[in-house]
Amino acid sequence: MNIYGDWGNVLVLKRRLEWHGYTVNLLEYNQGDKFPDNVDLVIGGGGQDSGQDNIQTDLLSISTKLHDLANDDVPMLMICGLYQLFGKFFKASDGHTIEGIGLLDIETHAGPERLIGNITTKSSEFGEIIGYENHSGLTFLGQGVQPLGHVIKGAGNNGQDDTEGARYRNVVASYLHGSLLPKNPHLADFLVEKAIIKKYGEFIPTVIDDRFADLAREAALKRPR
Amino acid sequence: MSKPYVTLLGKAVRYITRLRGGGSALPGLFVEKIDPDFIKRTLSTLPQGVVVISGTNGKTTTTKMVVELLESQGLKVFTNRTGSNFTRGVAAALLGEVDNKGVIDADIAILELDEAHAVSFVKNVPPRYSLLLNVMRDQLDRFGEIDATAKMLAIIAKSTTETVVLNREDPRVAAIAGVLTYQKINYFGLSPKLAHLFPNDDEMRGKSAQTGKRQTLQAGVVLESLKEGVASFTMDGHSVSTALKLQGIYNVYNAAAALALAGVIVGETMDKEKLVAALAEITPAFGRGETVVIGGQPLELVLVKNPSGFRLSLSSFKPEGYATMIAINDNYADGRDMSWLWDVEFDSLKEAGVAEVTGMRAYDMALRLQYDEVLISHVEPDLTEALRHFITSNADSPKRIFCTYTSMLALRRELSKMTEVEVIS
Repeated sequence: MNIYGDWGNVLVLKRRLEWHGYTVNLLEYNQGDKFPDNVDLVIGGGGQDSGQDNIQTDLLSISTKLHDLANDDVPMLMICGLYQLFGKFFKASDGHTIEGIGLLDIETHAGPERLIGNITTKSSEFGEIIGYENHSGLTFLGQGVQPLGHVIKGAGNNGQDDTEGARYRNVVASYLHGSLLPKNPHLADFLVEKAIIKKYGEFIPTVIDDRFADLAREAALKRPR
Repeated sequence: MSKPYVTLLGKAVRYITRLRGGGSALPGLFVEKIDPDFIKRTLSTLPQGVVVISGTNGKTTTTKMVVELLESQGLKVFTNRTGSNFTRGVAAALLGEVDNKGVIDADIAILELDEAHAVSFVKNVPPRYSLLLNVMRDQLDRFGEIDATAKMLAIIAKSTTETVVLNREDPRVAAIAGVLTYQKINYFGLSPKLAHLFPNDDEMRGKSAQTGKRQTLQAGVVLESLKEGVASFTMDGHSVSTALKLQGIYNVYNAAAALALAGVIVGETMDKEKLVAALAEITPAFGRGETVVIGGQPLELVLVKNPSGFRLSLSSFKPEGYATMIAINDNYADGRDMSWLWDVEFDSLKEAGVAEVTGMRAYDMALRLQYDEVLISHVEPDLTEALRHFITSNADSPKRIFCTYTSMLALRRELSKMTEVEVIS
């Protein structure tokens, strides 16, 4: 699913790994494909609500695989639609329920309006996270997950409890587009580091010039909701 | 308040606001408040009715093309020329044409309408014909989802009283035929050889192309080829070829759409020679590829509004030999979510590099280019300063600016202040 520019997350991870000196094998997984072996990083994006219905069955068929990877501390980034489907369920506005893989202790209910606009959150792990949200699903966190961050400006998971996204082991899940990783290189570095250390035992990063990201963050913070 | 008085008041407001420089719809708002029935009443006087053109990309250019093609056939056409495609803009345009008694001297109205506004417009004024161009990821912060946009276009189609012209190659648009019960349907399409140049949003890193299935639908006009500025179309079985002033494959495909609609409107009495002659002379519409000359060098403005539009612009206009500037704003009309930049590849700019990056979100754009390893000479968020710097630093070079809607308006205002600028198209 790639409707809201989440390719940016894939590109950022790929490029940063390359800049650190690694060769990246980018594998696309689509419905019906054989799930690849030797997976170091898993990334999932957002899509239209209709897309979610389409991939549901297939996602459930690889659920065990995904649970195994997550519990083995493989880093993952799940945005919007896949964030929701990594949870227990998504209840649509017409009442029908889309079952998720239950990897994250969350549930999502279709809300009456779209939560759209620039959003800033604060995370104890990653500092300020800056992006753009666009979702009608309202997500509520259970005991088994932590929020990714707390909302400073914007709506977040449900516009009610100030949480945004979810964290579980090395899984990072969020509603943020923008895309998320380009303006939040600390988050990208977290995922990169976890992947490299798991595979090679140590990580000696190259210094990446993130000044454009810093300046883009500054400009984004000044923009209205 | 009697009707002629309303028209005069509206005209007075229009005159005063004309100085604003494009995209003005204040007079329309004024009339809308005093006389809500104005649009319907005025348009109902036209003998050949109203035509609506909508879709994500290409509305303004295609509308301009249709107007010129119809004028070549002797029709007097009313259109919302300034590209203000909200209902208010139509009212404003009408005020400019209407006489003091409220009558327009025209045979037919060709209106470009924004998808969301078209929905309420067609309920008030059902069009005789409609042309639906495409559904793309665009301004999703306004529409929410592509399917929602497709539904709006379907409403336009269903309100059409005679013929609906659809893009055969866009699956969501072509599917609209399925919800129509009595209207005639006509398609415009692409030769299979050209289909790869127009990936739709599903095909962009997702499902593979499904062109085979759609090719079986008969299209009234098919764009067969575009080689060195000469386009070939098949129009109702006949081959039509001409050199074009229009540049860019997407503009030429819009021409196919325009030909299809013109054919439907004019029918059997079409003077093919005059049609082709008009087609050959068409130049892009306001803000969609204008060229000015400054310091003896051409400067092109290319509007970019969404990923597919930006991709097609980049592949249509080769960067070699040009100094390139990119201006990205994030006002309401530009799209506020910067995600869209990440669905465009900028590798084609690697060799030549980018001379200047500007706009409210200049640094988001610079960041995007960094990840495609494209070198940038200068980043300056202030459009006025950036434009001056771009022009003076690249004085001996032809120049091209890719810009979002409001940054284009701002750049045009700046350019019009420069006395040494000459508008050539």
